Amino acid sequence: MKRRSFFKASAAAGTVLPLTLNGMGVKAFEDSPLLRSLGRRSADGKVLVIINLSGGNDGLNTLIPIDQYSNLSKARNNILIPEDKVLPFWDKPAAGLHPKLSGLRDLYNNGMLSAIQAVGYPNPNYSHFRATDIWMSGSDSNENWTTGWMGRYLDGQYTGYPKGYPTAAMPDPLAIQIGQMVSLTFMGPEVNMGMAITDPTSFYNLANGTTDPTPSTPAGNELAFLRLMAQQTNQYATVIKNAAAKGTNKSNKYPTGGRQPLADQLKIVAKLINGGLKTPVYMVSIGGFDTHSEQVDNADHTIGSHATLMQQLGDAIAAFQDDIKLLGLEDRVVGMTFSEFGRRVMSNASNGTDHGAAAPMFVFGKAVQNGVIGANPTIPSTVTVNDNLPMQYDFRQVYASVLTDWFELPAAEVKAAMGGKDFNTLPIFKANKASIEDYVDLVSRISLNQIYPNPAVQNTKISYFTESGHVKLSVFDATGQLVQVLKDEWHGHGTYVVDFELIGLRKGNYYIQLSQGDKRITEVLLVQ
Amino acid sequence: MDRKAFFQSIKSPSVANSFSADGSPQGSEIIGKKPLNRRTNTGTNAYTGTFGKDELMHLLRRTLFGVKLADYNQYKGKTLEQVVDALLNVSSTLPNPPINNYGNLVNDPNVPYGSTWVNAALDPAVEPYRKGSVKSWFWGQMLTQSADIQAKMVLFWHNHFALQFLEIPDARACYVYTKVLYTHALGNFKDLTRAITIDPAMLFYLNGRLNTKKAPDENYARELQELFTLGKGPNSKYTEDDVKAMAKVLTGWSINPLTNPFSTTFLSVNHDSSDKQFSAFYGNTVIKGQTGINAGNTELDDLLTMIFKVDEVALFICRKLYEFFVYYEIDDSVETNVIVPLAKVFRDSGYSIKAVLKTLLMSEHFFDTWNRACVIKDPLTQQVGFCREMELKFPASTDYFLLYQMYQMGMNFGQLTQLNLGDPPNVAGWPAWYQKPLFHRSWINSDTLPKRNQFTDYLLFIGHKVGTYTMIVDPWIFVKKLSNPGKADDLIADCVSHLLPLSLSAAQTASLKEVLLPGGIPDYNWSDEYRAATDPSDPNYKTALSTATVKLQYLLKSIMNLSEYQLS
Repeated sequence: MKRRSFFKASAAAGTVLPLTLNGMGVKAFEDSPLLRSLGRRSADGKVLVIINLSGGNDGLNTLIPIDQYSNLSKARNNILIPEDKVLPFWDKPAAGLHPKLSGLRDLYNNGMLSAIQAVGYPNPNYSHFRATDIWMSGSDSNENWTTGWMGRYLDGQYTGYPKGYPTAAMPDPLAIQIGQMVSLTFMGPEVNMGMAITDPTSFYNLANGTTDPTPSTPAGNELAFLRLMAQQTNQYATVIKNAAAKGTNKSNKYPTGGRQPLADQLKIVAKLINGGLKTPVYMVSIGGFDTHSEQVDNADHTIGSHATLMQQLGDAIAAFQDDIKLLGLEDRVVGMTFSEFGRRVMSNASNGTDHGAAAPMFVFGKAVQNGVIGANPTIPSTVTVNDNLPMQYDFRQVYASVLTDWFELPAAEVKAAMGGKDFNTLPIFKANKASIEDYVDLVSRISLNQIYPNPAVQNTKISYFTESGHVKLSVFDATGQLVQVLKDEWHGHGTYVVDFELIGLRKGNYYIQLSQGDKRITEVLLVQ
Repeated sequence: MDRKAFFQSIKSPSVANSFSADGSPQGSEIIGKKPLNRRTNTGTNAYTGTFGKDELMHLLRRTLFGVKLADYNQYKGKTLEQVVDALLNVSSTLPNPPINNYGNLVNDPNVPYGSTWVNAALDPAVEPYRKGSVKSWFWGQMLTQSADIQAKMVLFWHNHFALQFLEIPDARACYVYTKVLYTHALGNFKDLTRAITIDPAMLFYLNGRLNTKKAPDENYARELQELFTLGKGPNSKYTEDDVKAMAKVLTGWSINPLTNPFSTTFLSVNHDSSDKQFSAFYGNTVIKGQTGINAGNTELDDLLTMIFKVDEVALFICRKLYEFFVYYEIDDSVETNVIVPLAKVFRDSGYSIKAVLKTLLMSEHFFDTWNRACVIKDPLTQQVGFCREMELKFPASTDYFLLYQMYQMGMNFGQLTQLNLGDPPNVAGWPAWYQKPLFHRSWINSDTLPKRNQFTDYLLFIGHKVGTYTMIVDPWIFVKKLSNPGKADDLIADCVSHLLPLSLSAAQTASLKEVLLPGGIPDYNWSDEYRAATDPSDPNYKTALSTATVKLQYLLKSIMNLSEYQLS
């Protein structure tokens, strides 16, 4: 990132730049046809709520491949959820949700949940810091980007921000992040688009018009004065406070306040949207997913730290969605979860899991195509400690889908927001041209018929079938790293056989992945 | 106000708006003015309690512009008296004078680029550049202060004997004025008053130069009493006739703009040599009229002897010192237990500034926990303090153009946040140090508070750029000197205890930890990152260094954006 950008970002987010409320911003806003159209839309504008599961969520214990239980039980017996406790999808019983995710299951039953299998990116990084940066910036694994995917999007929509803002057409923060300060997600080329609340309770204080208690000393009195000034100084304080005062919550499903931070945050988001804020993006977060140990209770795998997180996640989303419905906002609001990585296939000896790679994402709301996108991950029969799931979908396909099918951004601008790269959309939203059924019924379009020999030593043959179209045949190693692309070209309808030289490959499991468009199928090859 | 009213007021920002807008007394009673259940009755007896880190930091925060780790280490382990003596034992060597830093912009025929102009002839063509030079230089003197109280006292006296460089037509006179402040900062208050009275800049600023027998000008005579020595408290009962008589005493003092440098002169022809009768407030003193070349000096001495006999002088100065170094609220207890005894020390010592400061800074009252962390930093203390705390590396003194550009940046930020060094708003100094009821709070409003945060953000993240040179905080310089920066909890605790005068709540600490370790990931993630970032042989050195640097920048930003950072 340019230093200038960082400064502006921090100034605009943590504190506030001294902006003037003159007509300049409005004028700039009206100059662009695109912005005019957005401005027109903004009265009933669409909202995306991003839920950050910080720490790396164990995807295999979240969206569980029930048809892989025999191999799962070998790989992670000490944390495995009992098969009969998994909440299967009613129409796709081969996959199911963590028993504490009844909130999401109910959403699915009501047709409001899109689950996307094994989302990741080539050559995954296992550092929290680095992986988080990749997810927030939308960069490749080997790139260091200083802008965030949402920041680039918002920069395209609100040209020149923050100069001249707030405007009459956009009087509210472009993005609100509750929780930690200045997410890379909202970093634009010049400035961070997000308003972050740095003090842990200041957001609630702002919404409630209170301040933190201070000691009854002269120092306490001066501190109270300074905090009040800081609150008033925030240029968006008034609009937020007004929205909070005007807005209400209608759902009775929220847990008691002060105990479950995610539900508390989402409750405020619902209130602000209902109160009339035009802010198009919110980000909330819940930590604690770095479950290296004791992620389940030793005696009862359906409880424990991960189960508590699942419960909080599912219940918070369910309450939020219920509220959104009761508030009449269903057509305007969708939510999306993400985590910097999934966790290792094999559990460790401390009843936990170490940093992994691909993991599921959830998108929820009335606008989604209900269903599960992608196939269950294939769990090898012999798993070693470093084995990871290969990605089925790139996380930037999900981002591109949000921009294309939710924010209705033209393809060229989606590409710009994705940093100049093309990513195919997925049928996450009803607005998508493709049907989710295309993605479920894989076998009729492509199939991996046979890998022989398997296990193999020096070489093997891969036989596959495809309908006509562009086909990609990729090899990932057990850690999820892309090793080789065997085919990446247009195929006619038919069955094909490819020789795969194994010389130079380390012994162990490899994933052979066949894909056409976004339809993927994966088999395990054991190299000896 | 009762508790209910207090809490209602806290919930109602509109009250605060009216408060910040007009500073009405009602407002000040409401905002953050919890009725305090106790007050302190501690006095000027020497403090005998624990003198640990908290106490030493409190003392250093109040007497320095920010505390460098090296400052703390220098005094750590010494007794209170040793530390106070060292803080008061300031150098008698004057700082190097301001220089021609403008030679690349304009030619100064009398002064080579990089040399000082303070002894060169007045040149209207370069005068504005010299004025800029002396202002930047003045800021630089605060920055390059030694670890003693001198710089703070220079600011105190600059605020007390306030004049505006903008109004002075000769930058050399501005420099001479600062020399007076440096020379007498810890000296004798009566000597300082005398030096200021006939300082060329002051003679210009308050029209002393125009005060003649034929056309007396009462301006300085009035301020000498009202602002510089007696104040305008209820016991300061000089009369209008005293002002007139005093003006007569001071006739004849003038400045010679042709001298090089700009200097004071006494023109006996303009001096009123009649006897001057003063009121009962001054014991009906008559100052005998004098003639000749020494008339001015003799009568000025007599005048100061008369003024300094009045008890109110010491009381007035001690109150101002108290408001500057302790807190702005002086209730009956403070007046009785602190101000009165302190004023006696001041008088008994013959107005030794050092003596009165030693008593104050060693007093049980100064170390009373009641009086800690309650001063809202003035802009210089916030901004110079930040640069010193972070040990921001300024250009070398040989890069004078760059160095002065950086000083100017600091000076400009001070101006934006209402402390324009060299140019207080008027002769009364800055309202934060005299204006009831706001006092220190008048530094803070919806414009200045974000700018204070901007200053720290700016130097942490972008740096100040001049040409191709960028001056930016290297967070590692500060962080690597801490006891255990590879451990997140220790790093945060050390940063907080060094940079903030108040401890933080568990939620605030957790929020800072979230900057280093988002989502509650285990502490070793930071330790690993720190280790890799500080070991060039580590394969992940470069990535880790970049990630860890950003995290440190944000950690420091988060701390400096806390309201607590504005307190001292």
